[in-house]
Amino acid sequence: MALLEVKNLEVKFPLRQGELTALRDVSFSLDRGERLGIVGESGAGKSVAAFAILNLVSRPGYISGGKILFEGRDLAGLSRSELRTIRGNRINMIFQDPMMTLNPVLTIGTQMIECLRAHRRITPAAARQLAIEKLRAVSIPSPEARIDQYPHELSGGMRQRVVIAIALLTDPSVIIADEPTTALDVTIQAEIMELLLELCEHNNVALILITHDLGVVSQVTQRAIVMYAGRIVEEGATRRIIDSARHPYTQGLINALPERTRPGQRLNQIPGVMPSLMDIPQGCAFHPRCQLRIDACQQQLPAYSGSEHARVACLRVDEQERAQ
Amino acid sequence: MSSQAVAAEKSAAEELLRVEGLSREFPLTSGLLEQLRFEGGKLVRRQESVRAVNGVDLQVRRGEALCVVGESGCGKSTLARVVMGLIRPTAGSVRFEGTRIDNLSAEKLLPFRRKMQMIFQNPYASLNPRMTVKQTLEEPVRFHSPGIGRAALGDKVNDVMRSVGVDPGWNERFPHEFSGGQRQRISIARALMTDPEFIVADEPISALDVSIQAQVLNLLMEAQEQRGLTYLFITHDLSVVEHFGTRVAVMYLGALCELAITGQLFSRPRHPYTQALLSAIPRLDQERPSHMKLMGEVPTPINLPSGCFFHPRCVHAQDRCRHELPKLFDSGDGTLVACHAVQEGRLD
Ligand SMILES: Nc1ncnc2c1ncn2[C@@H]1O[C@H](COP(=O)(O)OP(=O)(O)OP(=O)(O)O)[C@@H](O)[C@H]1O
Ligand SMILES: Nc1ncnc2c1ncn2[C@@H]1O[C@H](COP(=O)(O)OP(=O)(O)OP(=O)(O)O)[C@@H](O)[C@H]1O
Ligand code: SF4
Ligand SMILES: [Mg+2]
Ligand SMILES: [Mg+2]
Repeated sequence: MALLEVKNLEVKFPLRQGELTALRDVSFSLDRGERLGIVGESGAGKSVAAFAILNLVSRPGYISGGKILFEGRDLAGLSRSELRTIRGNRINMIFQDPMMTLNPVLTIGTQMIECLRAHRRITPAAARQLAIEKLRAVSIPSPEARIDQYPHELSGGMRQRVVIAIALLTDPSVIIADEPTTALDVTIQAEIMELLLELCEHNNVALILITHDLGVVSQVTQRAIVMYAGRIVEEGATRRIIDSARHPYTQGLINALPERTRPGQRLNQIPGVMPSLMDIPQGCAFHPRCQLRIDACQQQLPAYSGSEHARVACLRVDEQERAQ
Repeated sequence: MSSQAVAAEKSAAEELLRVEGLSREFPLTSGLLEQLRFEGGKLVRRQESVRAVNGVDLQVRRGEALCVVGESGCGKSTLARVVMGLIRPTAGSVRFEGTRIDNLSAEKLLPFRRKMQMIFQNPYASLNPRMTVKQTLEEPVRFHSPGIGRAALGDKVNDVMRSVGVDPGWNERFPHEFSGGQRQRISIARALMTDPEFIVADEPISALDVSIQAQVLNLLMEAQEQRGLTYLFITHDLSVVEHFGTRVAVMYLGALCELAITGQLFSRPRHPYTQALLSAIPRLDQERPSHMKLMGEVPTPINLPSGCFFHPRCVHAQDRCRHELPKLFDSGDGTLVACHAVQEGRLD
């Protein structure tokens, strides 16, 4: 049994201007200790998917279809208190902005101790000791002193380390990290990514890493999902996707990177922009930008072909692959 | 020879912009009491300041794209604003085609303003939301060439819109009706309206999606070729620099560590900070993060370290590094480096 299973998830936002479908038929699973990347452009639905897993879709959005199973249990069927034993405990989340997690008016220590005592029967002294250990595990220098500081006394990189320490505090089985290093400088990003990777490996924590940086996906994840306009267009082993993407959108995304073109040459751009999710084109949502489009692409929603963990939604994938 | 090396060679002769000993501080506003200190038995008044740019020397050569890279807060935008004459330097000078421009009055600066344009990171903030595209594009021309006729101006707007890939039929629309990428195209169009020679672009693609970044970067390269533009291109994205830059200047705490032809910088980074920075780029072919670790964290530009600004984080630091500020020197192949270890031959 997979640790986490998302089945045919659909999320809608009824807005004044009309109904926005943020997720359509999103299914994927995650095994214990596995690291999964979710990539795609801004507005593709990556964050909505992350929040939906925790049943935290922001209003007026709602889950309009599908199921989320954690260790086989449907999260929709759980009571508030049952949900609390999972959310913030077994499944934790790390955001791009550490201040989404940290409370500016409390010391790091107070927050960590409160978090532990909300989920465990533990004395304040023991909780403090554990918190110091976790701070040390994320390479915070002199954790005994830092624990009594306020978030504003730390640099951006250190705050994100503290957030990782908090995420690990309850020994979760899943961490969902939504662009955890996007706001950080490249040298700090490299350090934080390595830290997150090592801690997940060491503690056998499964990771869902949401990012638009394919280099980071390549370094950290084993499997990856590519989203476009609220739908998964491709899933596969990360290495395979990067070396030989199958969906024309994934191909376009990877080929558009500067490192895929000789210096000074024109980049391989994908024409056009991703559509608004309020107004998703019929058929394959990518068809207006696709070089391989045929008439059928404008009417027919491509079904997935391939196996559960190596699938692609493109009408022309078979033809393309036969031609190779 | 790569096209970058060719461009570097071609432009080697002609200098368009020269920056010398450029510094810019921002005083930290604080009460008088906080400024008082006891020093040597006397009460003295100390005004603390942020030292954003510290003694930068560089030239921009005609036709090149000089990229300035470095991490957040290292002074890239401040350098750009001083070069553009938007703020004054606290020390040093900026010369454009040989004329000193950093101390000119607004009126005397006007002819240079036409030749030098700036593009900003955030196309949402840099376009006036109440002006149509047409008004936005006409404004700089009306300002610099008040005599221009209606028809000529209309034609110019259409030409420039077409050249940045925005349908001229949309010129009555407002910025909010466009996507982020299109808005950045419009900002570029506005910069091109006065037929500038030199464009300072401060993180022009950082706010855009990968697929849109490629579109805008291509547009900037096209404009460079067709109009013979020179760029000072500011970014923190090193893979863009590797692709786009003729030469690269690496900044750390407001000072230059290294200045080199792009290909050379990436194949043989000399300064320890450049080496660490390049090693941190996440590459598609890497299956694990692999980077050189730096000690500690970036200090604030309020209390700059003594000697080499980088020494507290540098594994090659020795006594001299803690006391003496290294100057940029030619390391032999034209690459300028400011590092004692490289100069002493301790570091290749
Ligand atoms: N609270 C909300 N109200 C209305 N629309 C929303 C809301 N939250 C998300 N959306 C819409 O859902 C879509 C998906 O958004 P989401 O934040 O998941 O994108 P994303 O892939 O995470 O993008 P980014 O890379 O920019 O973070 C977008 O079109 C967005 O406008
Ligand atoms: N007007 C100002 N007043 C006071 N301090 C300033 C001002 N402008 C910039 N600074 C400070 O100067 C330093 C350099 O800032 P600058 O914006 O030039 O950096 P940057 O390299 O462009 O960073 P980023 O990559 O984040 O854009 C920072 O410490 C910043 O806080
Ligand atoms: S001068 Fe010294 S401290 Fe500075 S980078 Fe070189 S070796 Fe390191
Ligand atoms: Mg998001
Ligand atoms: Mg800046």
